[in-house]
Amino acid sequence: MKIGLLALQGAVGPHAEILASIGATTVEIRRPAELDDVDALVIPGGESTTMARLLVTSGLFDPLIERLASGMCAMGTCAGMIMLASTVLDGRPDQRSLAAIDIGVRRNAFGRQIDSFECPLEVSGLTGTFPGVFIRAPFVEEVGSGVSVGATVEDHPVLCSTEQILVTAFHPELTDDQRVHRMFLEMVEQ
Amino acid sequence: MPDAVPVSTDPNPETGTQLVKRGLAEMLKGGVIMDVVDPEQAKIAEDAGAVAVMALERVPSDIRRDGGVARMSDPEMIEGIKAVTTIPVMAKARIGHFVEAQILEALGVDYVDESEVLTPADEAHHIDKWKFTVPFVCGATNLGEALRRISEGACMIRSKGEAGTGNVVEAVRHLRAITGDIRRITQADSAELFDWAKQLQAPLPLVQEIHQTGQLPVPLFCAGGLAIPADAALAMQLGAQAVFVGSGIFKSDNPSARAKAIVEATTHFNDPGILAKVSRGLGPAMPGLEIGSLDQTFANRGW
Repeated sequence: MKIGLLALQGAVGPHAEILASIGATTVEIRRPAELDDVDALVIPGGESTTMARLLVTSGLFDPLIERLASGMCAMGTCAGMIMLASTVLDGRPDQRSLAAIDIGVRRNAFGRQIDSFECPLEVSGLTGTFPGVFIRAPFVEEVGSGVSVGATVEDHPVLCSTEQILVTAFHPELTDDQRVHRMFLEMVEQ
Repeated sequence: MPDAVPVSTDPNPETGTQLVKRGLAEMLKGGVIMDVVDPEQAKIAEDAGAVAVMALERVPSDIRRDGGVARMSDPEMIEGIKAVTTIPVMAKARIGHFVEAQILEALGVDYVDESEVLTPADEAHHIDKWKFTVPFVCGATNLGEALRRISEGACMIRSKGEAGTGNVVEAVRHLRAITGDIRRITQADSAELFDWAKQLQAPLPLVQEIHQTGQLPVPLFCAGGLAIPADAALAMQLGAQAVFVGSGIFKSDNPSARAKAIVEATTHFNDPGILAKVSRGLGPAMPGLEIGSLDQTFANRGW
């Protein structure tokens, strides 16, 4: 299985490391042709306004929309969650997203960097807690039909999924805990 | 992330941990951090795809020209920039001026740059950065300096380069010094690491960590003298993980176009075809300065 890692900007390396540690092959995506032979996509954390702009300049926006429409699985963490959401709240007026999961996400909803935090999370389907690392993190404000919420912080959804898409407001790639990435690989295999 | 950063096991939310501080630097990788002096420039930077802005009253080339003592920016000016942009806002404190850093933290800036571009406030001590919730970036000219800053709590290292010159030669020197010594330490045997620590005037555990991981414990960015898209790509190919551009953008003839081009060049740093395309028709870059002609070098500030 080959996982494409959107490498326009952001914390690409940590995702590559954790995916390699659970047996997935990864390839960095910066140009449309590089998308051709990947089975699924991971969009890392970073700055969503920067990534949104580079998606357009690199010519990746339309090919990605097509692949997602034809059923390609995708995982997004933090900025990656924002990129995959149908609605971006507190974004730039011209900010485009890939609208692959029916949620409304508010950028920087937990505050600025001094408010960034770690806290253990209850994640449905996992035993024990999962280390949540939230960095200028967004949260989900609107959950559409067909979307399940797998974790919350103060009642705000921070992990959402469909059969095709898995998004988190936190950064499992910055920890040694592989379980969220394993959930994604299982989703891709099915 | 390097293994050395443990995940918090506290059941309550915990702010200011090493993981969230270094984590923000991870999120800025592959991006461009731009110096801006007013809200209008901050908007241009965000529109162009900057990952963060550095709010300051004068860009380094103006500090160089004006002389005098350069200090922290007016909080009102920093607030003004915070109000118009949604991307992270950084600001500079003088070397050793921990009260300026306290004020910047109270203002809610996202990263503090303890910067040699400002006039140092302490000739022996840098800020004890472990005491703060806000993360710090510090400049370095070599690996020893980088490791001393990390031991004081810095969560990101940038090359110093020679700010405000539009001349990339010093940034290249500093990047090569840092990455070259990292490669040599990776090849050293365990007994040699003690001597490396002594030569570098750096803590042994950090030297041992580099020996094991082959990389700096925190992200390594490039700053100081970058003026054209090719400079950003050069820094990235030399091992920098993101770039700071100061005077290079807003002292050029067409800041918006140049900023966009530098952002694309940083992403596609390994693709000469795209670099050629984005480098076209940007108009004159900032006029540069020869290092030998400078009355004052900033890079030798810091201890």
